Amino acid sequence: MADKLLEVRNLKIEATAYPPGEKPRDITIVDDVSFQLEKGKVLGLIGESGAGKSTIGLSAMCYGRGGVRITGGEIVLNGRDIRQLKPGALRRVRGGEVTYVAQSAAAAFNPAKKLMDQVIETTLQRGEMSKSEAEQRAVMLFGKLGLPNPETFGRRFPHQVSGGQLQRAMTAMALCPKPDLVIFDEPTTALDVTTQIDVLAAIKEAIADTGVAALYITHDLAVVAQVSDDIMVLRGGKTVEYGDVRQIIEAPREEYTRALVSVREIEHEEKKPAAEPVLRVDNVTARYRGTNFDVLKNISVDLSPGQTLAVVGESGSGKSTLARVITGLLPPKEGTITFAGRELSPDMASRKRDDLRELQMIYQMADVAMNPRHTVGTIIGRPLEFYFGLKGEAKRKRIQELLDEIEMGQGFIDRYPAELSGGQKQRVCIARALAAKPKMIICDEVTSALDPLVADGILKLLLNLQKIEHVAYLFITHDLATVRAIADSIAVMYQGKVVRYGSKSEVLSPPFDDYTDLLLSSVPEMKLGWLEEVIEHRRMESAGN
Amino acid sequence: MNTLLKLVVQRVALGILLLFAASILIFVGTNILPGDVAQAVLGQSATPQALANLRAELGLDQPAYIRYFEWLAGVLHGDLGKSLTNGQDIAAAIGQRLSNTLFLAAVSAIIAVPLAITLGLIAVRYRDRWPDKVISAVTLASVSVPEFLLGYILMYFLAVQFHIAPSVSTIYPGMSFWAKLHAITLPVIVLVLVVQGQMMRMTRAAVLNLMQSAYIETAELKGLRPFLIIARHAFPNAISPVINVVMINLAYLVVGIVVTEVVFVYPGMGQYLVDHVSKRDVPVVQACGLIFAAVYIGLNMLADVISILANPRLRHPK
Repeated sequence: MADKLLEVRNLKIEATAYPPGEKPRDITIVDDVSFQLEKGKVLGLIGESGAGKSTIGLSAMCYGRGGVRITGGEIVLNGRDIRQLKPGALRRVRGGEVTYVAQSAAAAFNPAKKLMDQVIETTLQRGEMSKSEAEQRAVMLFGKLGLPNPETFGRRFPHQVSGGQLQRAMTAMALCPKPDLVIFDEPTTALDVTTQIDVLAAIKEAIADTGVAALYITHDLAVVAQVSDDIMVLRGGKTVEYGDVRQIIEAPREEYTRALVSVREIEHEEKKPAAEPVLRVDNVTARYRGTNFDVLKNISVDLSPGQTLAVVGESGSGKSTLARVITGLLPPKEGTITFAGRELSPDMASRKRDDLRELQMIYQMADVAMNPRHTVGTIIGRPLEFYFGLKGEAKRKRIQELLDEIEMGQGFIDRYPAELSGGQKQRVCIARALAAKPKMIICDEVTSALDPLVADGILKLLLNLQKIEHVAYLFITHDLATVRAIADSIAVMYQGKVVRYGSKSEVLSPPFDDYTDLLLSSVPEMKLGWLEEVIEHRRMESAGN
Repeated sequence: MNTLLKLVVQRVALGILLLFAASILIFVGTNILPGDVAQAVLGQSATPQALANLRAELGLDQPAYIRYFEWLAGVLHGDLGKSLTNGQDIAAAIGQRLSNTLFLAAVSAIIAVPLAITLGLIAVRYRDRWPDKVISAVTLASVSVPEFLLGYILMYFLAVQFHIAPSVSTIYPGMSFWAKLHAITLPVIVLVLVVQGQMMRMTRAAVLNLMQSAYIETAELKGLRPFLIIARHAFPNAISPVINVVMINLAYLVVGIVVTEVVFVYPGMGQYLVDHVSKRDVPVVQACGLIFAAVYIGLNMLADVISILANPRLRHPK
């Protein structure tokens, strides 16, 4: 019988909400959640945004983010209820017995201080080790987590290392004071898929080596399946299902868990390319002003009318720059863009109004792509006025049609963006793009900020609209599951070049080039032991070379 | 390191350029002032011939741009010219007064800056609670009361009633350092109170702005003491806005304390300037103006350079 480390009983967490135009009121974020964790075990907390998983994770440190308050239940850590502790004693729990790894290590490290000073700060604070002992331990952890030059790594500042390295450094920071429990709050979500797998493996190994227990919070069931012993599925602050990892993945009992396990099963038959493409990017090379480095190198791709070209690659591969070149925000150094049979002028300012109308764009962050002080009606109505001169009743009627098309129906026309959910906001952005009756829409990571089930809804909507409106999509994404779901053709980008291009079936079938192979094999699969298989496979391959 | 050096050199070059522009402005400004030095020196009963002779002697019959370049050339050689009213060498006369002014400003700054920043950090630590409110109220009150009133109130209590400090702050060459320090007790207190408010408020606002950052949450989750979080994790990132306000206040301590000097009869630059403005002694006014401009521009340039140096991204490029 293993020792019990943490037992949470009937946890209740509340916050004060400030709905627009109404009186503030208390809302329950987490309701009657109970779980326990033994020493050295990993519990995965999974759910969509708003499920309360981070809030529950932080409650193990008795911490409420913002105005969040823990109002009920017991949090028994190492045999005592930490809710009853005085501030001084609680501070010794935080950063000592329990430590935290944040989603965005880039933001969670102090930009003004060296990494080493931050990593050993709590250890020194507690006086358990001398400075040189603490530094030795940090260097050991840097090495264990696979950071380059562990001896000198700590001398750098946060902005001098990559996102994946920062995430490992934060893990080292959490492990340095020899905690009993580490809370991992979406530690790999912000990383590229090829980086994620390495960080994931490093974290898993570090957990195993140090014997620490962990709460692993994520929205990605495939990821949590690789590291957890138990999983708790949360929705709206309540427990949906709680069991060991094998049962949750292989035999989920609840409907909601089944939906999570089987997410991304959109079927999309690929279409044959048409004779005349709507968009032809011909040998485009581009660089940003004041730099001497080509961000895009000789890019050539075609997109057929009414079809979808997915552009995949990790951050920094030049995907979004390609969109900027096509829209004319960044005139290319060389090469031409042909759209609907006519060559587009390189910069946007000298393009004709019809060119602008027929080429629309949807962005990743629907939040910031809309004026928060405009109603949905004004937002969608603007292109109708601008391009078609619609006014009054005719405009309102067309807005309603568009709202029907994006399945939002009556009652939304006078609402403000702040009153909409993330998925609804993205739908409004789609409607705004459609209002211009475009021939092509550039979708830049449009589902990346959304929960999987919501993202699925958006993808289905986009496919449906493509059938009705015969619009072509240039779909920029780093997510291969999305690509499988909607693409007709695929361009894989790496370091500013297209390394693989063709129809979906061609690109996704072997033989692969090295990069596409790495990319495809890095996508977490919903099965136990996947991570070990991939790591083992790669180890053998590199040994073979 | 290269970009850093380039940025710093750029700031310094810009400062020098600005100083030249200021010298033109000062020269033009003093020349379009109404009144005539010759008239002022010789009085209402002077004959036109005597006035013309004096103007020629003082070089006032030359065109303005020639006089400007002659003046500028002199300044660049360390020659600020001679006072029109008493014929003294201005550089020598200003030297002693400038060092007095800098002494008063330095002592005030050494007390005021750390005090203001510490109070600002304490206000953040206890934000919206009574220590914050007391600090805000007191500093606001001390900024709002006119300096001369503050000076006379302090004089009444500390000098007249309790004999803690002298009411007159005259210092002269040959006084020991400690005697000088004792003499300027009251003006230092006044100046500290006057510049306190803005620096404290800026520190509070700049640090408070950072308290929502993710790395502050990290520090909280590390179990650090609240004041340590503010001083060690928030403040280093707030240096840039704070240093700008600090420098503006330091500049004020040098160039803006005429009233305090008059109240405590302190032999500084301010009094000297005011005396000679009333006498229409243009070269002295120009010299003082140029020194004040140099102090302002120099301190703000220093603020820019410190801001650049405080940014780890510039100090340690990738």
